[in-house]
Amino acid sequence: MTAYLIRRAIMLMVTLLVSSFVVFTGLSIAPGNPLATLAGGRSLPPESIQVLVERYNLDEPFFIRYAMWLGNAVQGDLGLSITLRQDVSDLIASRAGTTIALIIYATVIVLVVGVAFGLLAALRPGLVDSLVVIATAVVVAVPPFVAAIALIGIFAVGLGWFPALGGGSGFWDGIRHLTLPAFALAAAAAATVARVTRTSVRRQLHLEHVQTAVSRGIPYATVVRRHALRNAAIPISTLAGMTVASMIALSAVVERAFGLNGLGAYLVSAALSKDFAVVQGISLVLVTAFVLVNTLVDVGATMLDPRFQLGRRS
Amino acid sequence: MSGILDIDHLTVTLAGEDRPKPVLSDVSMSIAEGEAVGLVGESGSGKSMTVRSIIRLLPPGARMEGNIRVRGVDLGTLRGAALRKMRAEMPVIFQDPRAHINPVRSVGDFLTEALRIHRRMSRAAAEDRAADVLDEVGVSEARRRLRQYPHELSGGLLQRVMIASALLAEPRLLLADEPTTALDVTTQAEVMAVMDELRRERGLAMLFITHDLELAAAICDRTAVMYAGRVMEVRASASLLERPLHPYTAALATARPSIERKVDRLTTIPGRPLSAFEAPDGCAFNTRCAHVRESCREQRPELRTLLDGQVACVRVEELQAVSHD
Amino acid sequence: MTATSVVRARAGARAGRGGLGPLGVTAATVIAVAVVLAAIGPELASADPNASDFAHAYGPPTPGHPLGYDSQGRDLLARLLTGARTSLLGPLWVVALGMTAGTAIAVVAAWRGGWLDSMVSSVLEVMFSFPGVLLAMLVAAVFGPGLTSAVFALAVAYIPYIARLVRSAAVAERHKPYIQALEVQGLGAFTICLRHLVPNLLPLLAAQATLFFGYAMVDLAIVSFFGLGVQPPDADWGVMVASGQSGVLQGYPAESLLAGGCIVLLVVAFNVLGERLSDGRRVHRPWRLFRRGGTA
Ligand SMILES: Nc1ncnc2c1ncn2[C@@H]1O[C@H](COP(=O)(O)OP(=O)(O)O)[C@@H](O)[C@H]1O
Ligand SMILES: [Mg+2]
Repeated sequence: MTAYLIRRAIMLMVTLLVSSFVVFTGLSIAPGNPLATLAGGRSLPPESIQVLVERYNLDEPFFIRYAMWLGNAVQGDLGLSITLRQDVSDLIASRAGTTIALIIYATVIVLVVGVAFGLLAALRPGLVDSLVVIATAVVVAVPPFVAAIALIGIFAVGLGWFPALGGGSGFWDGIRHLTLPAFALAAAAAATVARVTRTSVRRQLHLEHVQTAVSRGIPYATVVRRHALRNAAIPISTLAGMTVASMIALSAVVERAFGLNGLGAYLVSAALSKDFAVVQGISLVLVTAFVLVNTLVDVGATMLDPRFQLGRRS
Repeated sequence: MSGILDIDHLTVTLAGEDRPKPVLSDVSMSIAEGEAVGLVGESGSGKSMTVRSIIRLLPPGARMEGNIRVRGVDLGTLRGAALRKMRAEMPVIFQDPRAHINPVRSVGDFLTEALRIHRRMSRAAAEDRAADVLDEVGVSEARRRLRQYPHELSGGLLQRVMIASALLAEPRLLLADEPTTALDVTTQAEVMAVMDELRRERGLAMLFITHDLELAAAICDRTAVMYAGRVMEVRASASLLERPLHPYTAALATARPSIERKVDRLTTIPGRPLSAFEAPDGCAFNTRCAHVRESCREQRPELRTLLDGQVACVRVEELQAVSHD
Repeated sequence: MTATSVVRARAGARAGRGGLGPLGVTAATVIAVAVVLAAIGPELASADPNASDFAHAYGPPTPGHPLGYDSQGRDLLARLLTGARTSLLGPLWVVALGMTAGTAIAVVAAWRGGWLDSMVSSVLEVMFSFPGVLLAMLVAAVFGPGLTSAVFALAVAYIPYIARLVRSAAVAERHKPYIQALEVQGLGAFTICLRHLVPNLLPLLAAQATLFFGYAMVDLAIVSFFGLGVQPPDADWGVMVASGQSGVLQGYPAESLLAGGCIVLLVVAFNVLGERLSDGRRVHRPWRLFRRGGTA
């Protein structure tokens, strides 16, 4: 157990190191010198160039530069935005809230809607099951930007229930503004979770231990909850965690479609305006979040399975 | 006659892939209070299906005809809570405890779940009861076991846990479906001994399923022999083993399952065991019987009362006469 | 029986097992129709996909223009058909590059085994952690936006997923007697891999390629939706969904809806066909594929 956690921690560190290296290397392998990349093709006055050279240690060798960049990044210094002339960390901090709220909202939808429909399909073979299977097969294939446009067309433009664009102000207004984006982000993931819930609960219901519980006169709802769903929770939570992790990258899509001022949307506009320090900074933050969530989910799902405790003895 | 369990003309048909698949055909038997009845047959003969019919746990789409009464109550009429109550009072000891106990819940949870749900016992009270019964079935350090998970216990211990969970229901009738088949030989004997002792102590009735004729005879008052979803012969265990009437029983008995020769036991009866859906017209055993006559292929023999039991063979009297010469 | 005929027999047995089923056949038909339309469609369409006529902006369907016009008065049918070509060619390149590189890595690792295999496995494990869309954005920022950058970025992001899947199958295949028989006959490693091992993995490779085609299509469309992939005025379904968004807000959803519908239809078709081809192999650990974070 402890050995397992230590191994996972080491893997996590290595993965983060490699990811940060990939993010950093981009600057160096770009055509032209790093300075030009950082400047994004703009011609800069000499004093700005001096600032950049100092800030990014451009007169040092590559690996030293990487080490210093990483050291700064760990301390929260992610460099300077060339377009806004502000610290990247400040820019990130002011936009992270929207993205985090969006992802949490979407996660709740994925879990509640996904598990509910999956369970419904597992417990009601026949018409209900077929409907859920067909619906999820289609929704799984709906990319978030198509979902976003469809939701805008129906619920914002058509029915006028929700605003089409912007982040709103205050808590409730914020929730109202995030509802369509969260559903757009959650749609495919919820469908995936529903499918896995359906198959794993089905598989559990056919297992012998469920028959034992039924043969002992345990009410069916209790059997489903305490045995089928509990055992299926291991694959379901693994998958749900993976899809939530994938939302970290996909949040950019709905943020852009709904004009939300989040990290992902900012990453895209920075990429479009070649503000490389911002691209680096946000990529680093998003990859770190992605890796962390994936690791947490993997470890968490392993902990859900008592059979894993075997490792403690060996 | 009304015992604790009466099965009358039970016929079970499963929904097969393309056509209905019969698995039990006109099975009748009964068990009196406190009586142990063995049900012996080769694999696929329908023994487990008999148990599953009793607790009404058949695969979806199964059709059941005839009726099953427990202390006079027709199980077919039970629904919902009444059915669950009846199930709770007839616990099944399944063949493979490893598969039949939820691997991600603790042993304590498995043992106390029914107590807490049916008798609304508190967790602490239920665990006290569970620990006592674990002790009785010979599981040491009962308290600690309650906290363990199934994968941490050996097969033998796990089957004792299964037996304990059955006894915790304080039943009058136990259904044991090959409770020792999945265990290794020495463990088999120990588990059998524990089960037999506790059953006798409490005066429980039992339907004991096995493919081992001798074991059934040793444990049970009466033994029924099943083939292709039919009962071929039911008699007092001792005389069944000593002087089998049905040619199939005789074949099983001469094959003399013993611990050393278990592996080649089946080869001594020519041909392969049939399931109900493959059974020929007439007597189901007619494809393998050494004494087969034309009449055996035409009409299915009734289960007739003879000596100290019943047998389904038209040639019993002839064959007995011959063998006594 | 010679080794070659053993191989033939095995491959035949796999190909013969089960059909695609009605759903699989439907999916294959949808894909085939899309491919034909992408190949000959742009020539069939009478209108120029890039010719704009603001007099017709958001214009309704007319006899010569059965789907109407977009916000700039361009013929929607012509743009949809031209878009089909880019929208299918992009994923084709991603899958071709990713599958080739992934399979090569997997087969070499599986064949050599030992330290090389464990090293490759751990490198792949670490590479899992880079979401494809994110890598594409990074590459677009460095090398400038465009389909080529996006294709390369996604191909690289897919390699670990493909290589992992293929590696486990290749390891199993490598230890089969027919491969050992070929080794005993003195055939070179390269020949055995190319002529025997990889051909026997083809059913798996075909299924994976089909599934990844669907993923690549979505991921490329996302990148184009951001404006980092296919560049306007070139037609592409992802670009069309994005450029149609203003129309959606004004009550003219045709452009976004048609392009989005085409993407969804084809992605469903590729998913269904891929799942049929993989014969349920994916069912055991479906979440494996979702770790890449490209599409959910
Ligand atoms: N779930 C099921 N679906 C279809 N057929 C089954 C199922 N379970 C058992 N059978 C069939 O029912 C017959 C009787 O099986 P069973 O009662 O398990 O035999 P036994 O316990 O005597 O070995 C066999 O032919 C078996 O193939
Ligand atoms: Mg059985």
